[in-house]
Formats: sequence, structure tokens, C-alpha cells
Amino acid sequence: MKIGVLALQGAVEEHVRMLEKSGAEALSVKHPHELETLDGLVIPGGESTTISKLMHQYKLTEPIKQMGLAGKPLFGTCAGLIMLARRIEGVSSCHLGLLDITVRRNAFGRQRESFETALDISGVADDYEAVFIRAPSVTDVGPGVEVLSSVDDRIVVVRQGHLLGAAFHPELTEDHRLHSLFVTMVQDSMKMTTI
Amino acid sequence: MTDQSGRFATGTERVKRGMAQMQKGGVIMDVVNAEQAKIAEDAGAVAVMALERVPADIRAAGGVARMADPRVVEEVMNAVTIPVMAKARIGHFVEARLLEAMGVDYIDESEVLTPADDKYHIDKSTFTVPFVCGARNLGEALRRIGEGASMIRTKGEPGTGNIVEAVKHMRQMMAEIRKVQNMSRDELMAEAKNIGAPFELLLEIHEKGRLPVVNFAAGGVATPADAALMMHLGSDGVFVGSGIFKSEQPAKFARAIVEATTHYEDFSRIVELSKNLGSAMPGIEISALEQADRMQERGW
Repeated sequence: MKIGVLALQGAVEEHVRMLEKSGAEALSVKHPHELETLDGLVIPGGESTTISKLMHQYKLTEPIKQMGLAGKPLFGTCAGLIMLARRIEGVSSCHLGLLDITVRRNAFGRQRESFETALDISGVADDYEAVFIRAPSVTDVGPGVEVLSSVDDRIVVVRQGHLLGAAFHPELTEDHRLHSLFVTMVQDSMKMTTI
Repeated sequence: MTDQSGRFATGTERVKRGMAQMQKGGVIMDVVNAEQAKIAEDAGAVAVMALERVPADIRAAGGVARMADPRVVEEVMNAVTIPVMAKARIGHFVEARLLEAMGVDYIDESEVLTPADDKYHIDKSTFTVPFVCGARNLGEALRRIGEGASMIRTKGEPGTGNIVEAVKHMRQMMAEIRKVQNMSRDELMAEAKNIGAPFELLLEIHEKGRLPVVNFAAGGVATPADAALMMHLGSDGVFVGSGIFKSEQPAKFARAIVEATTHYEDFSRIVELSKNLGSAMPGIEISALEQADRMQERGW
């Protein structure tokens, strides 16, 4: 099993480390042809404006979208969640448009308001240490989307089949339980394709 | 700091250092107004540094350089969605508090401005907003981290368009990290004394073989090849001060520097993106600078 971490910018090596701790082979990718050999892809936290521009400019948007449409698991954290979303508040277009959710960018404020808190993530942990940095939130979900966690009334972890999204940065702590969930999702999708 | 319910902690070490981790592999550009900020954002900058004057102009103007007019910083904050950084003078904790009150995302306690305190830096651990500080060697980097800096950058020699000092500082830090990593534990206390570094942080370097915070290159980056060079030397990302808006074609230049930073290992790509960029900023030979004009000497 090979899981890629999109390495245009942001917390790349942190994700690689967490995936390895979860028992996967992980590598950073920045060229379209590198996507072909992957069984799953993580889109990391970073600056969403920057990552989206570079994804378009370096011709990665369409191949990643095709990966998602082909059923390969994708995991977006913070900026990555924004990349996956079908709708972005205040903007008429989206990036990958795969995950049937609406996101609000910088939903909790600027860096000054960034925080950490303990999260209850359904099926994963009830004490997950989550670091939110200029984080987005999910303001609306489509019918096929499971809400796995919320902060007060703001949705912060969602799953839609083979797509997983978190508004915070699971790569910044030592807790790899969310990455383990993603690795399981990749294993499951590989079983399905071999049948 | 936690809120009333005690459930949400702001300004923690992880939140402040994590913000810098999100900037990795990116380029942070100096801008002086909304128009430049938009050019930087469109080119793919991960953040902008809002200033009244870029370092090359500060150097040319002389006199005392202070925190930017809040109106300039607000104009930039309103113009872009990427994070906005701003500079406070070394030791000027009130300028830093003003920037924090304005909601700036990161403060650079910077030697580019005229120091306000000739002995002490700001106690950055008491702030909710994170700080970046310049350093020329491991001792200086660890003193700043000890004071609460969440990100380090080389000092280089700002506003010169000459990469030699940034290279010197990055190589120095990396060599010292390797040395500390290979020392035996009983040598660490003497080394802490020799380089003026907090012992606990030196021990962390010894164990992990890297700085506990992100380390960017700054002070002299003028071309895409300069940016790629600094990435090869181990920088986590690049600050470009005067290099963008003192070049002939800022928008094109900015894009090229971003692409060269992402693809620093792809030399044919850097060849292509370096074509027809027009002139880079004019440079200054370091030996032509008087001692008093060397900004890197500021800081203690």
C-alpha cells in the first residue's frame, strides 16, 4: 500500500511521519505522474489559497479529481478539506469539488483566535487532541456525508465513503488514530478493487 | 490561555509553532500596499510581510526605522486572505502589542528596523500571536526560541540582494546542529555555555537533530536560483524582502521564485522559469557596507 502526501507546500513531512506510524508506506508527491502509483492521497494543511493556485498551475487538480472519482481514498486536513469541498462560502468556484459539503474559510478567526481542544470523533476517539490554526469549518453537508465531530455547533470532521476531511491538523500531534482510520479506508478500497 | 469553559486554549506552543509549519515550502513576500499584496497572493505567496518600506529603501532612507503605520498593515490585511505578518523593533514590546491588537497573524521582531532596546529582546512567550526572529548561528536561534519565538529565519543581510550572508548563516546553523547531535551528553553543558544557548533546548537538538521550530531563509534572496539554493541548504521556506518589488517585473518574478522554491530539485524547470525575467534587484557587495550599516549585527 502506498499513500502519497501532496507536497506543494505545508505540513508534508508531518503527515508522512503519521502515516508511517499507522503502518503505511508514505511518500511526498508533487508531479502529476507520481499520482498514478498511489492507493490513497493526503492533502495537507498549509495555505489554502497557495495550495489551490499551485495545484492549478502545476496541472494537479484534474488528476487528483480523477483519483477521487475512481474511488481512491483522499484525506484533506484544514487547507486540504477546503480543496476537497464542493462549495466554498463567498466563492463561486471550488477546487476538487468531490466532498459534498460547504466550507467556511477562517471560520474561527485569525491566528490570534487559533486554539487547541479535545474532540470527540465518532468511531475514532473521545479525547482527540486537535490543533486548529486559522481553521475552516463545515457549514452544510449533503445526504451522503457523515458528521464525525463538531466543536459546539460547528462541524469539523466529515466522511463521505472514501473521502475524509478534518478542519484541524491531526499531523501536528503524536496521536495517529485519525491517520489509522484513513489507512484502514485505503486498505478497504484496495480489497474492493481486487475483487 | 484558555477560555472561560477551559476547553479552548489559544496561543499554545503547538498553535504558534504549528502556524509556521503551515508555511513550510512556501515563500513569504514583503509588501508595502494592497496592490503589492494582491500580486504576492496571486503569485502563490504563503504569507505577506506588511511594511512601510522594503529593506532596500529602509537602507537608502537611513534614520530610525519603526513599526509600519497601522493603516498600511490594515490595508494589507483587508486585501488578502493569506496570513499577514508585520515587523516590530527588537525589544519594542509595545509595538508588538499593537500589532497583536490589530490581529496580525505573525510578528517579526526584526533587525531590519532600528532596535528599541540595546540589551533585551521581547519576552515573546507572553503573547498569543506567534513570533519569528532572525539568527546567524545556533546559539542566537536557541536564545530567541527560549524567549518564545515560534519560527526562526536566517538574518542574512537584508536589502542587499546578496545571498552570501544568508548562505553563511544557514550553513553555520546546520553545521552546529550536526555537531551538537554528535556530541556526547556530558559535553552539552559546556557547549550551552560556549554558544550562549539554553541547556534544555540544546539537549533537544542533541536528541532530535533539528530545531524545534521551522527555519526559513531571509536576507538577500534575489533570484529563483537563490531561493532554490537556500532550500537545498536545508531551509524550510524563503522570505523575499526587496527581491520581488525591486525587480523589473514583480508579478513574473514572484511566480518564478515560488515555483523555484516548490521545485527546488528540478533544475531544468528552474532554467525555464528563469528565462526572460528581466533584471533582478540591484545588489550590494557586503564588503562595501560600513559596519554600522550591517543590519545582521543587531540583536543580542
